[in-house]
Amino acid sequence: MESRVRRAKARSVAPTKASPFEAGRAHFALPTLRPFYMNGIRYCEAIWRCTVVGICVPFLLAGDAQAYKAYVSNEKSNTISIIDTAERKVVGTIKVGQRPRGIAITRDQKYVLVAVGDDDTIQMIDTATNKVVDTLPSGPDPELFTDDPSGRLLYVANENDNTVTIIDIERRTRLGDVEVGVEPEGMGLSPDGKILVNTSETTNMAHFIDTATRKIVANVLVDSRPRFAQFKDDGSELWVSSEIGGTVSIIDPVKHAVKGKINFAIPGMRQEAIQPVGIAITHDGKTGFVALGPANRIAVIDGATHQVQKYLLVGQRVWHMAFTPDEKYLLTTNGVSNDVSVIDVAALKVIDTIQVGELPWGVAISQH
Amino acid sequence: MLARAEPLTIKIGYVGRAEKKATISLLDYPPDNDGVAGARLALEDNNTTGKFLNQRFSLEEARVKAGTDPTDVILRLADHGISFFIVDLPADMLLKAADAGRARGLVFFNAGAIDDRLREEDCRADVIHTAPTRSMLADGLAQYLVFKRWLRWLLVVGSHDADKLYAEALRRAASRFGAKIVEQRVFEDTGGARRTDSGLAQIQRQIPLFLQGAPAHDVVVAADENEVFAAYLPYRTRDPRPVAGSAGLVPKSWDAAHDQWGANQLQNRFTQMFSRRMTALDMQAWSAARMIGEAAARINSADPQALLAYMKGPDFGLAAFKGQKLTLRDWNLQLRQPILLADGRTIVSVSPQEGFLHQFSELDTLGIDRPETKCRLK
Repeated sequence: MESRVRRAKARSVAPTKASPFEAGRAHFALPTLRPFYMNGIRYCEAIWRCTVVGICVPFLLAGDAQAYKAYVSNEKSNTISIIDTAERKVVGTIKVGQRPRGIAITRDQKYVLVAVGDDDTIQMIDTATNKVVDTLPSGPDPELFTDDPSGRLLYVANENDNTVTIIDIERRTRLGDVEVGVEPEGMGLSPDGKILVNTSETTNMAHFIDTATRKIVANVLVDSRPRFAQFKDDGSELWVSSEIGGTVSIIDPVKHAVKGKINFAIPGMRQEAIQPVGIAITHDGKTGFVALGPANRIAVIDGATHQVQKYLLVGQRVWHMAFTPDEKYLLTTNGVSNDVSVIDVAALKVIDTIQVGELPWGVAISQH
Repeated sequence: MLARAEPLTIKIGYVGRAEKKATISLLDYPPDNDGVAGARLALEDNNTTGKFLNQRFSLEEARVKAGTDPTDVILRLADHGISFFIVDLPADMLLKAADAGRARGLVFFNAGAIDDRLREEDCRADVIHTAPTRSMLADGLAQYLVFKRWLRWLLVVGSHDADKLYAEALRRAASRFGAKIVEQRVFEDTGGARRTDSGLAQIQRQIPLFLQGAPAHDVVVAADENEVFAAYLPYRTRDPRPVAGSAGLVPKSWDAAHDQWGANQLQNRFTQMFSRRMTALDMQAWSAARMIGEAAARINSADPQALLAYMKGPDFGLAAFKGQKLTLRDWNLQLRQPILLADGRTIVSVSPQEGFLHQFSELDTLGIDRPETKCRLK
């Protein structure tokens, strides 16, 4: 497991090029070449680098916050809001199909993929022109999806027909599907790409799918209505949120067993309103963030002890989130207040709120 | 490699009424499989989950005529290995069924009867209620009317016993939440057909005549469980006032228009399976069958008493597309649940309304609460 040196603070002090070498790395490290987050899905950095050899990325200038583009799906407006993370405002809006929810950016940064559930398809948006240029045959009612380390395959949860569909992105074709439990949603890929975890909302399970054989190898029962599955970057833990159960289960991915649970308690807030959905974990595995839905807060979790460190008040009905590539900021989608909150990750403070479209659902942040 | 063990099987019985209710509106006419369809969908869901747990669920259906003794039907189904019964029968028949099942340790789910007495003086340790009570429905409606500040109610009651019970629940709700019943009028059921060729012209004149001369009021609340008059009230009242209760703004456990909290997933699955929309009775039966499935998944047992004990315990909760966990009231085995307020095309609101607080669960602001209960489980 590679340890990452935090350069964020150093950058703001003096203009230096970060050392291209990092302890334990076998190849060059460009400081902005970091794994990016898409709805909390992380990609194995070593494999990712192999596929983007030769890309030149500008170094950060002193004192400037790097500007990334955050794409927010607005479930009701049927649009995507584009946020400039440095200026922290909406710089564009893209019209998409009916009921956009799951959103992600392809590894080569060329396309934003958005699941438009009521149109039964996934739309591909060209990031250069911000126009919808194609669709993928996702199967009916796609909600969340994740792509594999090669960037070639997409795994899609089809909420209405209890399946996970596998798509070849390049050829725009369906390759097959896996039968899972009732109402699949959460999709988490292990860092080594070998195991895909899908959660089913009514069956209350996390299904472990071997990506090579496309067969389910284990099923782990969790608390009611699981929504989201997130591996730690070192593959040592899988976190699964249970919206109605009100907990996050910590699962040992080797033993396929729940080894602990995170419970939440907010003074003055009735327990039923605490409904965990989205999860994001820092690359070093030390800090986890859990969106608590109508409790309007993000819980900050110690990645080692799994204790709640604090609650950050954001907007209403917070569901999903994404880190900027430098992990400096965490953007959260607050569905009922129609805005996005910006959290300063180092300070653990909410520093801004940005108005977007109606019922913002998911967020994906570009790598540059 | 171990040989695959036999799946754990759980057999469920659905016992419903043989007769169908007459309704004023064509749109409300109950389908033949009303209720049991909801149970069948839940069985599908349970069996999908059961694939991963080596559990298998099956359902057998039976119908009982009104006023007869269901004992034989219950015992016959029990002989088939059925230990869980989802029942939609009038209160007294339900109690007879529970009596019949006692010796064999059968567990009953009341999916149809809304009588408060079944959860109060007539409560039973082996009967779980997924149907809401009249008091829960009345409270759900009253909280919304109070939120709207429509505090003066003109209460119109039918002449049947069930109508009077509903009116009692509405009175209790009004006094509990701060509304005032300015007058109560009785609409006599004088018999006669509901479907006529040209009766509409007469109704247009009769209703305002019936309602004239009332004290000032904000809303007309109708208690008409026998479908005699309430559906005729909206837009025909003497004064321009909204109608609520048995028509107009109706409190129910479920409605085909409900799409919040992922509900459209369930609605879609139901419609695909049965080519019709899901009713409240369907949902009450679905909830019962899903409770069995959920409990079985958690403790991997088919024993009715073990499952009953788990369902009453602190770890049990049912996710039922209403935005929060549904649990059993341990003092009378009533399933706590939000109440939807439907106007026939959309869900106008969901109770409990914000601002009605409770020490343990806001869902307990609906219906008869623990400190008030007459129930001693036996």
